[in-house]
Amino acid sequence: MKKNMGWKELGHGDSLPAGTAADFQTGDWRSEKPVFVRENCINCYFCWIYCPDSAILLDEDNKVAGIDYKYCKGCGICDRECPTKKEKRAITMEAERK
Amino acid sequence: MPILAKTGNEAMAEAMRQINPDVVAAYPITPATEIVMIFSGFVADGLVDTEFVAVESEHSAMSACVGAAAAGARVMTGTSSQGLQLMSEILPIASALRLPIVLCEVNRALSAPINIHCDHSDTMAVRDFGWMQVYAENAQEAYDSIIQMIRISEDERVRLPGMVSTDGFIISHCMEKIEALEDNEVKKYIGEYKVINSVLDQKNPISIGSLDLQDYYFEHKMPVVEAMGKAKDVILEVSKDFGKRYGREYGLTEGYKLKDAEIALVAMGSTCGTTRAVVDELRERGVKAGLLKVRVFRPFPAEEIVQALSKVKAAAITDRSDGFSNQGGQLFTEIRSAMYEQKAKPILSNYIYGLGGREISLEDIRKIFDEQKEVADSGKVKQLIRHFGVRE
Repeated sequence: MKKNMGWKELGHGDSLPAGTAADFQTGDWRSEKPVFVRENCINCYFCWIYCPDSAILLDEDNKVAGIDYKYCKGCGICDRECPTKKEKRAITMEAERK
Repeated sequence: MPILAKTGNEAMAEAMRQINPDVVAAYPITPATEIVMIFSGFVADGLVDTEFVAVESEHSAMSACVGAAAAGARVMTGTSSQGLQLMSEILPIASALRLPIVLCEVNRALSAPINIHCDHSDTMAVRDFGWMQVYAENAQEAYDSIIQMIRISEDERVRLPGMVSTDGFIISHCMEKIEALEDNEVKKYIGEYKVINSVLDQKNPISIGSLDLQDYYFEHKMPVVEAMGKAKDVILEVSKDFGKRYGREYGLTEGYKLKDAEIALVAMGSTCGTTRAVVDELRERGVKAGLLKVRVFRPFPAEEIVQALSKVKAAAITDRSDGFSNQGGQLFTEIRSAMYEQKAKPILSNYIYGLGGREISLEDIRKIFDEQKEVADSGKVKQLIRHFGVRE
């Protein structure tokens, strides 16, 4: 989309093309991040369903493949919902270090 | 054309039946309850195709209206007083999203103290939200204005929501003779609803009401400014066309025996009817009195009012609400502001009257005209802003 449009160039009734949130990377203010361990994952998709963004990545075979850190805000819901056992966690939260 | 005996509320409900909106979401409140109550009867009897949403509050009612209109539906609702105030968070969203929702309003005083009778404080409180406002003088005008408002609000130059109001109980519950249009005539007159954009259109997905900060909010408000400017022309156009078809033309304002008037009273709503009777009486006695009825308050017909009052010596601006600005009622402040650049202008004074339904009688109107005669003769106003009819 063009930047700094004048009001006469805007869409009717405050409407914008859908899906433009994808252009706006929102993962840079995390304080914690989920770390994914593929070999512990049982592919239950709980993390994928519960993620309030769309930050759980799937591979070509629709298997959970990791975290999209461009959009993940570190809310920890995926970790909370992950049913894997303590000694074999698929998702754990770690402090974000930049 | 069918001649019917209808109260203001029944007339508005009848107009809604003939308009047959896609969605009506409403919550009951005195004195507007009957409008949607009668209409829900039409829904139950299968006389309309409307999806009726019985919500739990007016905030939800207007929210459901916004959602339905954003999905591409023709939407109507009705409310009054506190109900309109509970809607007020959502009202500017409807105008900014350019959703042509039509609201049947009944003017009732705002609490506290709790009161169910007429004054204009409810609609005046929401006058700056980008909604068009029409104040009807009687049931006939309410009926005609609701049907016209569908055309006006859906016009592509406007696409703004609009409310038509009647004076609580005085019009809403008084039975009058009205001349209705045939059902198929209304259907033809309003035409098919044209959807400009719909959030349910999967082929053209859109996002509406996005976060908009210092960079774009200002730009997104400008279309409302522009549309409100154009609304004036469209209201006049629709009014003229309606007059040609059905013999009743209303315009933005109406002068009654005003052309050669030396003293005038400016009013909105049912008080205009009372004033007409007094004007007739004064004219018989040779007093050059006239009435200026302001029918449309948003967009505000400043030029038309200035023009209509240009030859009057003294004018009483009456307000059925007080904005607590210490500058007079809302109609007075608007008219006084509109007069600023004019060289030839009447001496203005403000009468705030009828709060909470306090009766305004023929005798009261006579008294106001008598005082205006004194002002015209002496060239002086004793008191600029009066609270007329209140006990001290």
